[in-house]
Amino acid sequence: MAKLRGMNERIQKLREVSVTTPVHIDLERAKIETDFYKENDGKYSIPVMRALVLKEYFSKKTLYLGEGELIIGEKGRDPQASPTFPELCCHSVEDMTVMSERELVSFHTTEEDRKLQAEEIIPYWTGRSMREKILERMTPEWHECYSAGMFTEFMEQRGPGHTCGGEQVFTTGYLDYKEKIKETMDALDYINDPDAVNKCEELKAMDISCDAVIILGERYRKLALEMAEKEADETRKAELLEIAANLEVVPAHKPQTFWQAIQLYWFTHLAVTTELNPWDAFSPGRLDQHLNPYYERDVEAGILDDEKALELLECLWVKFYNQPAPVKVGITLKESATYTDFANINTGGVTPDGRNGVNNVSYLILDCMDEMKLVQPNSNVTISKKTPAKFLKRACEVSRKGWGQPAFYNTEAQIMELVNAGKELEDARRGGSSGCVETGAWGSEAYILTGYLNIPKVFQLTLFNGFDQYSGKQIGLKLGYAKDFKTYEELWGAFKKQLEHIVDIKMRGNNVIEQLYAQEMPAPCLSVVTNDCISNAKDYNAGGARYNTNYIQGVGIGTITDCLSAIKYNVYDKKNFTMEELIEAMEHDFEGYDVIYRMVHDKTPKYGNDDDYADDIMQDVFELYRSTITGRPNMKGGKYGVDMLPTTCHVYFGDVILATPNGRKAHKPVSEGISPEKSADTNGPTAVVKSCAKMDHLATAGTLLNQKFTPDVVAGEEGLEHMASLIRSYFSMDGHHIQFNVIDRQTLIDAQNNPEDYKDLIVRVAGYSDFFRNLSKPLQDEIIERTEQSFD
Amino acid sequence: MKNITNIQKFSIHDGDGIRTSVFFKGCPLKCEWCHNPETQRYEREMQFDPEQCTGCGACVKACPSHALTLKDGRPVLDKEVCTLCGKCENYCPAGIREIVGREYTVKELIKELMKDQIFYEDSGGGVTLSGGEVMTMDMDYILAVARELKRQDVTLTIDTCGYVPYERFRELLPYVNTFLYDVKVMDPELHKEYIGTDNKLILENLVCLARDGARIYIRIPTIKEVNGNEKNMRETIAFLKEHDIHPAQVNLLPYHDTGSGKYPKLDMEYKGTDLHAPDKEEMKSFAQLFVDAGFANTKIGG
Repeated sequence: MAKLRGMNERIQKLREVSVTTPVHIDLERAKIETDFYKENDGKYSIPVMRALVLKEYFSKKTLYLGEGELIIGEKGRDPQASPTFPELCCHSVEDMTVMSERELVSFHTTEEDRKLQAEEIIPYWTGRSMREKILERMTPEWHECYSAGMFTEFMEQRGPGHTCGGEQVFTTGYLDYKEKIKETMDALDYINDPDAVNKCEELKAMDISCDAVIILGERYRKLALEMAEKEADETRKAELLEIAANLEVVPAHKPQTFWQAIQLYWFTHLAVTTELNPWDAFSPGRLDQHLNPYYERDVEAGILDDEKALELLECLWVKFYNQPAPVKVGITLKESATYTDFANINTGGVTPDGRNGVNNVSYLILDCMDEMKLVQPNSNVTISKKTPAKFLKRACEVSRKGWGQPAFYNTEAQIMELVNAGKELEDARRGGSSGCVETGAWGSEAYILTGYLNIPKVFQLTLFNGFDQYSGKQIGLKLGYAKDFKTYEELWGAFKKQLEHIVDIKMRGNNVIEQLYAQEMPAPCLSVVTNDCISNAKDYNAGGARYNTNYIQGVGIGTITDCLSAIKYNVYDKKNFTMEELIEAMEHDFEGYDVIYRMVHDKTPKYGNDDDYADDIMQDVFELYRSTITGRPNMKGGKYGVDMLPTTCHVYFGDVILATPNGRKAHKPVSEGISPEKSADTNGPTAVVKSCAKMDHLATAGTLLNQKFTPDVVAGEEGLEHMASLIRSYFSMDGHHIQFNVIDRQTLIDAQNNPEDYKDLIVRVAGYSDFFRNLSKPLQDEIIERTEQSFD
Repeated sequence: MKNITNIQKFSIHDGDGIRTSVFFKGCPLKCEWCHNPETQRYEREMQFDPEQCTGCGACVKACPSHALTLKDGRPVLDKEVCTLCGKCENYCPAGIREIVGREYTVKELIKELMKDQIFYEDSGGGVTLSGGEVMTMDMDYILAVARELKRQDVTLTIDTCGYVPYERFRELLPYVNTFLYDVKVMDPELHKEYIGTDNKLILENLVCLARDGARIYIRIPTIKEVNGNEKNMRETIAFLKEHDIHPAQVNLLPYHDTGSGKYPKLDMEYKGTDLHAPDKEEMKSFAQLFVDAGFANTKIGG
């Protein structure tokens, strides 16, 4: 048996429970919610109703306090339980069978679950779920684009979220929040403010959600006391009493110790992720900086040492891993096929006043990720010019073990991106990257990812007069066929119009969905912990936060660049063949068109080689995408921006595109993140990094670059230095993010053939790491094929 | 001549830091174990993999000079007629024809080398001119490249077999940060047998180069059947000591046969099929000999 991970027996046991328990559906939340709605629907305003549902759940839910636990609380009944959210997406009985039986990312359901779903949950929520309301309001062209894979829609099954806790989450008790809410409520002006009545309802809801969290804490306190009484083991008894003592302080009051600060965060995490099902769960953001004052105080007082602090962090890591991302179905499953819920912890960076942010807790967090080797939380480091070399080197040391964590973010780029998008400098420094790579001003911003856009597919429409070969439908504008474009500029002009057309369809849909959430599905607890929602008396989903941003994430920049380059170079510049010949070859998936295939695939300038011919095209495409989206208004008084990241969507988006001009065969994945198209980069990692840096990262809200190395490249002291140099150089060119897989190809092929032998093999997928065995075959193939950056 | 076979970026085994290595085509030596056979001849040449050829004849049709004919389902090249225009490269559906060797103007080469400047600066790397033997190229060209790199403050490393007139070292020396200097076999007879010449000039040059104050990394490709024995290592150490040579680093490079597959593509025969690397323990013991002799900075590998 492999060595159990964890610094001591306690952690090893907790981790073992977490990683060996099968993921299962837990309908307790759905049942309590449905019963509550049946009894109370229509009695309260919508925000109050939502808060009462959370309160009801936290008052009645089954508690779990596992053996040896120091940090307590679960979303469901036990570890790996996955509550459902029928108010967002009400699963059919068939869905529940499929999710239980599917091989990948399965969620176990019982006969009893399916019976309950059929008899109680479905009858109530049919016609009432957000998913149905959303899909019903979308236009026919939206539906055609959606089912053809032009774009995805994040809010179709999960709520808006994508945020991280700020400092306040670690320094404020829920009674303190209640006080603040009361002050705002007392100051409401019913004479001059026509919105005062609505504001009052919002504030009432926020107040009730504070009660919900306090109730949960109190119930756990009593449970700990009861268990202590029955506990025979003196050591455990003392621990349970200490847990109970902690719960006398948090979550009602602000924490006094390191332990209490972590426990307070965890209750907030549970509340935010069970009141709704927000994308990317929730995250403590700059955990090292938030915890450091408690760490220093406790160490000074002699009640904490590094070993104890590490143990508590490892307990928290287990808690994160205990919560699989809520079940997804359909297209949303395809775009994001993983249990990972993207709770992203940033370590390092700078302080709000701009000093080096690395502290002792930062190093403990690195030790913790190294020891725990868990895909959740999604751990990364953010490296600034002020970051000590020692910290970067230690992070490289952990990262080169090959499972993708920590990923590396560029602090200065993150700050510039946020300032460019209108944030105050201090708020920008408090921010970072959450989810995969998306920047946000943590604790103060609602930055909502709305869906991925399939850029290469927009180009395919351009070549076929707006007709989609995959769905057999006319989806785009009729602007002519490929052969009609006599110059590259004409082709480009048509592509531009098609892109604007598809973006408009997406944005129109987004706006409707945003309004629906603002009106029908507020998130009062998330509002409590997000700056300015209380003082604005406005919900997070309605624009209550200090900053409100929407993103549409661009996918396939490598593929689209190589497609344009293939045509520009071979058809217009060199006249190696005609457009008709190329289209004919594509229509035959290049079978029997070896010469054309060879030219477009191997003899054309490609993105990722530091070749300006191709990289200039990439810059043009990026600028077109950026200017089409960035700065347009959203419904919350904020603006749109762009990210360049795919999660696993590049596999799905590739599946819905036939052969492309760059020699990519039908249904093969498109390029991921801002990485080059598979095997298009033949000049090594420095050339990749140079090409990628030609994108204006500071005009995005995040980009994602994957680099895979074989172990020998990063071996030894020199290997660490090379890795650190590559990161520093990329960041000095304003690169936003880089992550590494350090695995040899043969190992991956072997792992694909013998999954049983590689149960623990973790690889970096897109903005996160996952078990290789959990990935679909095409995604596994793709990771195997990602150009191996190794030289002899 | 100044043909280049490859410009390799993120080169991390040919000197310090992150480097770009330039491989020049043409070498005065003929080492049996050579893993870059495409850098042996000075002229540009056609590389073609007969194993993977399907005999489709696309190259024959594409050739404007009629240098290719199909015989028994295989394309046969008349080297006298071939102008190395490269047209067949593009038309081979299997992608197995490639012209090896390309000339760059000084300006073109510098432009390519400067692309990774940012990585050189951060990692303490730079440019390595390798081969083949760079000092058998057009020296005016090499000197122009070296001068320009110096002007741009890029550190230059020269990877050499040592078998060139010393005058050329002297010319380059002011622009070079480090020489990677191959010392293969100490026994002159054995040297002649496996490499084609004796080692007199190579060892003389090494002595001069050290005397002239160059920073030197001694590199010893280590082959069990040829020089991978204690005797040769001790002789090498004795030579360094005798001539008061203080290399900044000694690299023992275990033999590998990754280049053997290139030979048939170049219509050449690989003679090193019976060669092997010493086992790991032996390599360690050789390295220890150097360390014990006072060459503390001795490494296995580049």
